Amino acid sequence: MIARALAAALLILLAVTSAQAERLIVSVSNHRVTVTPNYSGEELVLFGSVEKDASTPADRTAYDLVVTVKGPAADMVTRRKERTFGIWINTDYRQFLQVPSYLALFANRPFDKITSGEIARRQQLGLNNVLLTQRVGTDYADVVPNDVFRSAFIRLRTQRGLYREDASAVTFLTPTLFRTGIPLPAEVPIGTYRVEIKLFAGGAFVTKTETAFEIVKVGFEQFIATAAHQHGLAYGLATALMALMTGWVASIVFRRD
Amino acid sequence: MQLYLPIADLPINVFLVLAMGAAVGFVSGMFGIGGGFLMTPLLIFIGITPAVAVASVASHIAASSFSGAISYWRRRAIDPALAAVLLCGGTTGTALGVWTFTQLRALGQLDLMIALSYVALLTTVGGLMFSEGLRALMRTRSGVVPPRRTHNWVHGLPLKMRFKRSKIYLSVIPVVVIGILIGFIGAIMGIGGGFILVPIMIYLLRVPTSTVIGTSMILTLVTMLFATMLHAMTNHLVDAVLALILMVGGVTGAQFGARAGQRIRGEQLRLLLGVLILAVGIRFAVELVIRPEDLFTIREIGSTG
Repeated sequence: MIARALAAALLILLAVTSAQAERLIVSVSNHRVTVTPNYSGEELVLFGSVEKDASTPADRTAYDLVVTVKGPAADMVTRRKERTFGIWINTDYRQFLQVPSYLALFANRPFDKITSGEIARRQQLGLNNVLLTQRVGTDYADVVPNDVFRSAFIRLRTQRGLYREDASAVTFLTPTLFRTGIPLPAEVPIGTYRVEIKLFAGGAFVTKTETAFEIVKVGFEQFIATAAHQHGLAYGLATALMALMTGWVASIVFRRD
Repeated sequence: MQLYLPIADLPINVFLVLAMGAAVGFVSGMFGIGGGFLMTPLLIFIGITPAVAVASVASHIAASSFSGAISYWRRRAIDPALAAVLLCGGTTGTALGVWTFTQLRALGQLDLMIALSYVALLTTVGGLMFSEGLRALMRTRSGVVPPRRTHNWVHGLPLKMRFKRSKIYLSVIPVVVIGILIGFIGAIMGIGGGFILVPIMIYLLRVPTSTVIGTSMILTLVTMLFATMLHAMTNHLVDAVLALILMVGGVTGAQFGARAGQRIRGEQLRLLLGVLILAVGIRFAVELVIRPEDLFTIREIGSTG
């Protein structure tokens, strides 16, 4: 998975180099994040630099950068409660298809200052412009950014730290050297994360590059999660046995007669 | 100390959950009940989804009722024949309950049904216990001896069977029906059902107090083990790590609770239990009626791989 992603990134890099005047060189601090039972969140660091060559216009000095991090895609349902017979009940719902389980959008300054609204939409810059496909009846489409289900979905994911937008997270250390932190909360989904870095100058898209990292769960905890999902019967038996053992041990330890 | 729960999918503080287990264990030891009706709501309160809470508490109750059942068995306070008939109904009820649980979950109405069941059951049972406890307390104050109970309609039903250890002669129909009922609500609500079963067995079936708690514990034990298995096989929602922490806290707390319980008089104990049950029921009711902080919820339906 990583190898393929890296190969893809390299290909893009090569293609970009031949066509554009600038090229981006990036690296994340860790390509494989392991989530252990006492994992309580972590921050990856993405470093990079803008390499100029002879064909770069001499007057081009200020760059803007947008970093998009996408976790593995999943289907999700957003439900809305309404008051029925005096109590609050789930009534309406929308299904979101293959949306990223983690999504982070970082930039060095507000998206609307970096480029025009039209380009921002096309390049999916900002949570309002990211494509989130919904199933509406038999249709598959994204809806307007202020749709109640869409905005509730983004708000809830943001509350859990799984969706984030930060227009000041990317910092330029020198005019061409940049860094940004990628915060990963405790409940981060496992899988391959794609990082896309887009370079803008003077409101126009210049070039982009991609990289990836992987989040894996290791240890006892992951063993249990796998066992529960793949060997339900054995897992159930083991849990039941554990309950009996605990009860039995307790009856011996606390025996009063 | 933070620990990541693999199935509930969130980090928790081990000592917090251990303390919760111990607190509920204390209460359950004091009143001689499983404590599921307190444990499940507490877990929901700290952010564990109702579905995972219900499924995981089942194994916790199994552990505490097993240690209880062993000591009752030693004292010969269990009626094996009565337990066997109850279990015929209990296992059927549990299977039905887990099936209903799965269906409701797919419809997105599981959390609502769990809350509604808690409101209905706990306010009724709590209210009854509270008023009964008050009456008993007033009777002892005024010194009036309650009238001796006679047989009721239950004892006119056919298919009678002799339960030797309990010294009763009783139709199996109500026993099986009660078993189904307790198994069903136990699987949906994550409770052992002891706090409903014991009063029903005493007042309706006239099971003597010498065997009633031990026998009801057998039903709780087997239905909860069965529920654990079924929840693990169908919904994959049993969090063994969570369950283990709860068990350890629970069985320890229960020992101290049992000692504390012996110092309080029976009527006062029942009154207290009634208040406790009523309070949990009302808490759920309030939650349903007030406008939730967030009207929207998200659930993942596809696997994230």
